[in-house]
Amino acid sequence: MKRFLCTTIGVLSLAACARASNVVTTKAAPTRDARIGLRAGWMDAAEAVWNLRVVSRTPPSPQFMNASEPGDFQFINSDISFTGHYAIQGNFSGVQVWDIANAARPRLHRAYVCPGSQADVSVYRNLLFVSGEALDGRTDCGTQGVSDTVSHDRLRGIRIFEITDIANPKYLTNVQTCRGSHTHTVVSDPDDTANVYIYVSGSAPVRSPNELAGCSAAPPEQDPNTALFRIEVIQVPLAAPERAKLVSTPRIFSGLTEPASHGESQEDIAAAARAAAAARARGAFTATVHGMEYVLDDVLPPSFINRMLDSVVKARQGTGAPTSADSAALRAAIQGIVDKLVAPPPGPRRGPTQCHDITVYPAIGLAGGACGGYGLLLDIRDAANPRRIAAVADSNFSYWHSATFNNDGTKILFTDEWGGGLQPRCRMTDKPQWGANALFTLRDSTMTFTSYYKLPVPQTPQENCVAHNGSLIPIPGRDIMAQGWYQGGISVFDWTDPARPVEIAYFDRGPMDSTKLLGAGSWSAYWYNGYIISSEIARGLDIVELVPSAHISQNEIDAARLVRFAFLNAQDQQKLVWPPSFAVPRAYLDQLARTSGLAADRVAAVRSELTRAEGLSGATRRDALTQLAGQLDGDAAGAPDQRKVRMLAGAVRALASAQR
Amino acid sequence: MLLSRALVFTIAIAACSRATSPATQARTDSGQPRYTQADVHFMDGMITHHAQAVLIGGWAVDITHGASPQVRALSERIVVAQTDEIAFLERWLRERNEARMDHQMLMPGMLTPEQLAQLDRARGAEFDRSFLTLMIQHHQGAIIMVDQLLGAQGAAQDGLVFRFAADVHADQTTEIERMQRMLAALPSGGKTP
Repeated sequence: MKRFLCTTIGVLSLAACARASNVVTTKAAPTRDARIGLRAGWMDAAEAVWNLRVVSRTPPSPQFMNASEPGDFQFINSDISFTGHYAIQGNFSGVQVWDIANAARPRLHRAYVCPGSQADVSVYRNLLFVSGEALDGRTDCGTQGVSDTVSHDRLRGIRIFEITDIANPKYLTNVQTCRGSHTHTVVSDPDDTANVYIYVSGSAPVRSPNELAGCSAAPPEQDPNTALFRIEVIQVPLAAPERAKLVSTPRIFSGLTEPASHGESQEDIAAAARAAAAARARGAFTATVHGMEYVLDDVLPPSFINRMLDSVVKARQGTGAPTSADSAALRAAIQGIVDKLVAPPPGPRRGPTQCHDITVYPAIGLAGGACGGYGLLLDIRDAANPRRIAAVADSNFSYWHSATFNNDGTKILFTDEWGGGLQPRCRMTDKPQWGANALFTLRDSTMTFTSYYKLPVPQTPQENCVAHNGSLIPIPGRDIMAQGWYQGGISVFDWTDPARPVEIAYFDRGPMDSTKLLGAGSWSAYWYNGYIISSEIARGLDIVELVPSAHISQNEIDAARLVRFAFLNAQDQQKLVWPPSFAVPRAYLDQLARTSGLAADRVAAVRSELTRAEGLSGATRRDALTQLAGQLDGDAAGAPDQRKVRMLAGAVRALASAQR
Repeated sequence: MLLSRALVFTIAIAACSRATSPATQARTDSGQPRYTQADVHFMDGMITHHAQAVLIGGWAVDITHGASPQVRALSERIVVAQTDEIAFLERWLRERNEARMDHQMLMPGMLTPEQLAQLDRARGAEFDRSFLTLMIQHHQGAIIMVDQLLGAQGAAQDGLVFRFAADVHADQTTEIERMQRMLAALPSGGKTP
């Protein structure tokens, strides 16, 4: 079969052919990680796959690759969006539309040349939005670049296409912005069905006001209309998308200083606390500043404590050396003294100047903004006027990059794109809490840090690697995510327990080149209608699927496949809802069996009752399922995992209601 | 089997090379070089600029200057990041046969010899305060360099130059803000009350 493909399909199937013999597939957790030591190559790098199956590997279309220059930066594949059976893949030179009706054999439907990185793409019904940020993007999609420092031919902002006929995108209009659009997020407002909104994030410098009127990079005290310290909101009237325009520039950073929950990492705090405890034991003075305990002798001049002690002696009108009672008195008072010493912020405190990316979750009215040195929580119930309601910072985070909510909205994950994606940040020497995901619980608008998740295997210095884009895999009852790590490949992990995220599947290739770093790897890995689809920067489009393992059962995979989208932008998170199906209660049963959340004999009994009910029809099936749901309600009280048993009961009841 | 695969692969790549992609073709036809002297000046100057950040960042990482754990952690990341970026910049120049320039003048924001000596003498809380103050100045200089580049005719049309410059701008703006917070949080920074 492979040879047949090789000889008949030619270019498009080459990668698949060349690599067929390199695949390492293992069922059990590999003892030595198979991702270590993979042979380098462009289309023929060795691969390691665990608990996934590679369905297809499709090299870039000829218009979007330079065969004589592997890793040509001009042809970087970027983010990906979906509509129907099409995947729309951004590229620094335009957009590629892939027909993925047959996931095993994606077909190029349209390659649309229109340079201007980084071509972040989104779809809303029949509209396609594309981000332009670089200086060479043109309003006419020309490939000649824009060499003038000020030019009205330059496009930095959002391009809007109508894609009713997806093979022939109709370029409707542009909305230009001061910093261009590095990323953008489509926001639907349930109360405003006539419009859709776009949040624009632009991290590049502000352009000249001669090119776009009103653009200013002055600090806010000099120019209250500065293009810094804000995001931009575009309103797109669905009846007349060509009239899209900027409607607001929310200053979501104003008044942002250290958030109350600002914390050094748990590791830093623990290390400092240990050092402080040891110092206290030998009589040193310590105090807590911004959540971190300091040994005062280390951070203040040595004379400080002596002078304080002298003043205690003086206060009791004594003389001579301080006594142990004086030390005790100072010890009791020192925190208050230090609190007064901590200097107020000098000058205006403004927070970040922009966001890198924003993920909205309209069903719960929230957005997660990854903005400079902060992770923000925004209230987006009024889509045109997002409002900041919480913020977190983290001493291990370099550059807050993107956000993902879990389906319940009880957790939020932020990524740190340390190094901007061009650098190797997964080497043995790069700390596991740097360039990682930070997981927070989310309750009553408070984000609480719980742990980091980083690709749990080192990559070579020839592989750009850091946390990047991903999305939830709709397995009911668990929080599972697929994520691209550039040349670190695709990592699928379970963060149901946010304190202990664990990898459950992966797909990785060797580096592009064994001697130097050439940009490549998974920009985004998103679940879409049954598959994980990955935009490979240099190698095209990869489609993989889950295979059953100790970590994921066939029933869970079947349940995940029930969730279908008409179109999908990963940064516009949709509530995952499972239609009634036998796969859903069986997925819960598998989870209860795996974690011993329900007695094994009950799990077995419920399984056979489900099988029996499935063999019935109409009212008899409904009655059997209703009765089973009632029994499960009873089971819940005594079960180790009561919540999951109730979810199971709910799924069985939903199935009963679905019977006619 | 393997041989035939390899052969097909080679042929297909050759076919691809002949069918030059439209975007590449158009750029070549326009007759413009994909990078300018302003790009070279920026990429080269940033090596010198980064090298100083790596030097003083090393003092913070190195325990002899008594930097606080926060300043050490920040500096450790700066040293790793900018060392990698220097290697990246050197490769960019090498692959274009551009020689390193001799930067007689200090790049914007770079510490003067006096500032360097002052920082090297400082210890503990005084070091933290000087380091953060001077590294903010240094980072602000990098932002100025990016602004100068983007204000130059024909600059940053090369995607890699633009991406790198925009990353420097974003990363260092973020670090400046972070360092300002750290500076504000210093317990009265080495000054007795």
